Amino acid sequence: MKQGIFKILSNTPLNASVYKMVLSGDTSAITNPGQFVNIKIDGLFLRRPISVNDVDGDKLTIIYKVVGKGTEIMSTLTDGVLDVLTGLGNGYDLSLAGDRPLLIGGGVGVPPLYMLAKKLIAKNKQVTVILGFNTKDEIFYEDEFKALGAKVFVTTVDGSYGIKGFVTDALKDTDCTYFYTCGPEPMLKAVYNATTIDGECSFEERMGCGFGACMGCSCKTKYGNKRICKDGPVLKKGEIIW
Amino acid sequence: MVDTKVNLCGIELDNPIIPASGTFGYGYEYAELYDINMLGTFSFKGTTKDARFGNPTPRIAECTAGMINAVGLQNPGVEAVVKEELPKLKKCFNKKVMANVSGFSVEEYAYTSSVLDKEDQVGWIEVNVSCPNVHGGGMSFGTDPKSAREVTEAVKKVTTKPVLIKLSPNVTDIVSIAKACEDGGADGISLINTMLGMRINLRTRKPVIANKMGGFSGSAIFPVAVRMVYQVAHAVDIPVVGMGGVSSAEDVIELMLAGATAVQVGAYNLVNPYACKDIITELPVVMEKYKITSLKEIIKGVK
Repeated sequence: MKQGIFKILSNTPLNASVYKMVLSGDTSAITNPGQFVNIKIDGLFLRRPISVNDVDGDKLTIIYKVVGKGTEIMSTLTDGVLDVLTGLGNGYDLSLAGDRPLLIGGGVGVPPLYMLAKKLIAKNKQVTVILGFNTKDEIFYEDEFKALGAKVFVTTVDGSYGIKGFVTDALKDTDCTYFYTCGPEPMLKAVYNATTIDGECSFEERMGCGFGACMGCSCKTKYGNKRICKDGPVLKKGEIIW
Repeated sequence: MVDTKVNLCGIELDNPIIPASGTFGYGYEYAELYDINMLGTFSFKGTTKDARFGNPTPRIAECTAGMINAVGLQNPGVEAVVKEELPKLKKCFNKKVMANVSGFSVEEYAYTSSVLDKEDQVGWIEVNVSCPNVHGGGMSFGTDPKSAREVTEAVKKVTTKPVLIKLSPNVTDIVSIAKACEDGGADGISLINTMLGMRINLRTRKPVIANKMGGFSGSAIFPVAVRMVYQVAHAVDIPVVGMGGVSSAEDVIELMLAGATAVQVGAYNLVNPYACKDIITELPVVMEKYKITSLKEIIKGVK
């Protein structure tokens, strides 16, 4: 973990409520896709944990959805600097991917899978991605995943684009070795139940510190209590208790 | 050259800065960030006789200038603390540490304290009779002078180390409780623990925290801490460890003027993991600004 001052380079909407912010600063503590950063926002007490979408040299990209006061303030920022804790959480375990990993993202759970796809493709893996959204207007990053060379399926709950239904409705079209997923907990559970292959899920929880000190985000696993912020946010299929 | 040393119940501290229990784990998370030996000491995570998972999540809520937590004394139990956590703590911290103890009966407080009494590195036992997040335990001992005294006496019987009783601000008469602890043999008083608070999510119309209520801490409660430290320090003859919303060297000096011998930093560690390091670095500068040559001399400076 590192604390750093990051300069805001851009902050642009991807749809009505999702924003992409590019920052520059010391990204050296970010070692693994699936990790997150914790951002101090003027006027608020607690930091806001946001997943890492991509790192390229000193450029850090995050994609966040406006869901409350913190992200609402973030969406209005256009320049200046942010105090950011980087390199938080365990991230995904790339060593288990096999030859044909499957990445499944739902809504604002999509962003961290981008850096993961990039790293896996760099390791010559044949990456399949399922992106799930409620409706066509909410879709983002389909083209970005395609540009990496991943095979991409998009599902929408209302059927306005791609496969109608949930991410699990696209599973039958895939033949993969291992899954990585991030999204709302009901989706994680559905993926967990619908898949026959092994994999891992990235969880979300309200956090105090984000670096393992306060026990604000604990959960029970088959191998004892874990802190989502420090021992997670990624948990292996075999340890999850729903 | 200013003197930041203070003496807490017979043990000299290089400076009065003590990370508060529950915000600093068993030290090693922060030791990855800076050399925690620069601290006066720290109070480790509240420890109970048996392992506890604590409350369901969400356990955390944002507030104006503060936060609510309802962790509920999650800890691995005193045996695991001694076997697994203290050896790790010892590797990154070479000073005496403050052992924070919680319980659900007088016997349990005494048992856990007696186990921790055998640990050389434990310098003080801080008895938490004020946790707002556990049903039927903790705070009830700290809201009644008689119970607070009973716990104090029971812990004093099983240890020769200085015993500090950590009090709740959620009471009508803090002085009577502090005095009862002093009468029971307490070597010091720590205050304030968190204030009972609650937030409601307007969209779901449900409490933000699964436990409904939790402990409110952070900068917003600092004036309450100053007031209660002042009241208690002027009513008892034992040292007071002040805490509640401290986030700067100025806050430390203010609490010491109110009557604190040492000062704990809690919620602010969670926002700025370098909070205590920053405060310790800033302290001599702020002392010079206010023409303070020795921190010992300002304790209870306000009459």
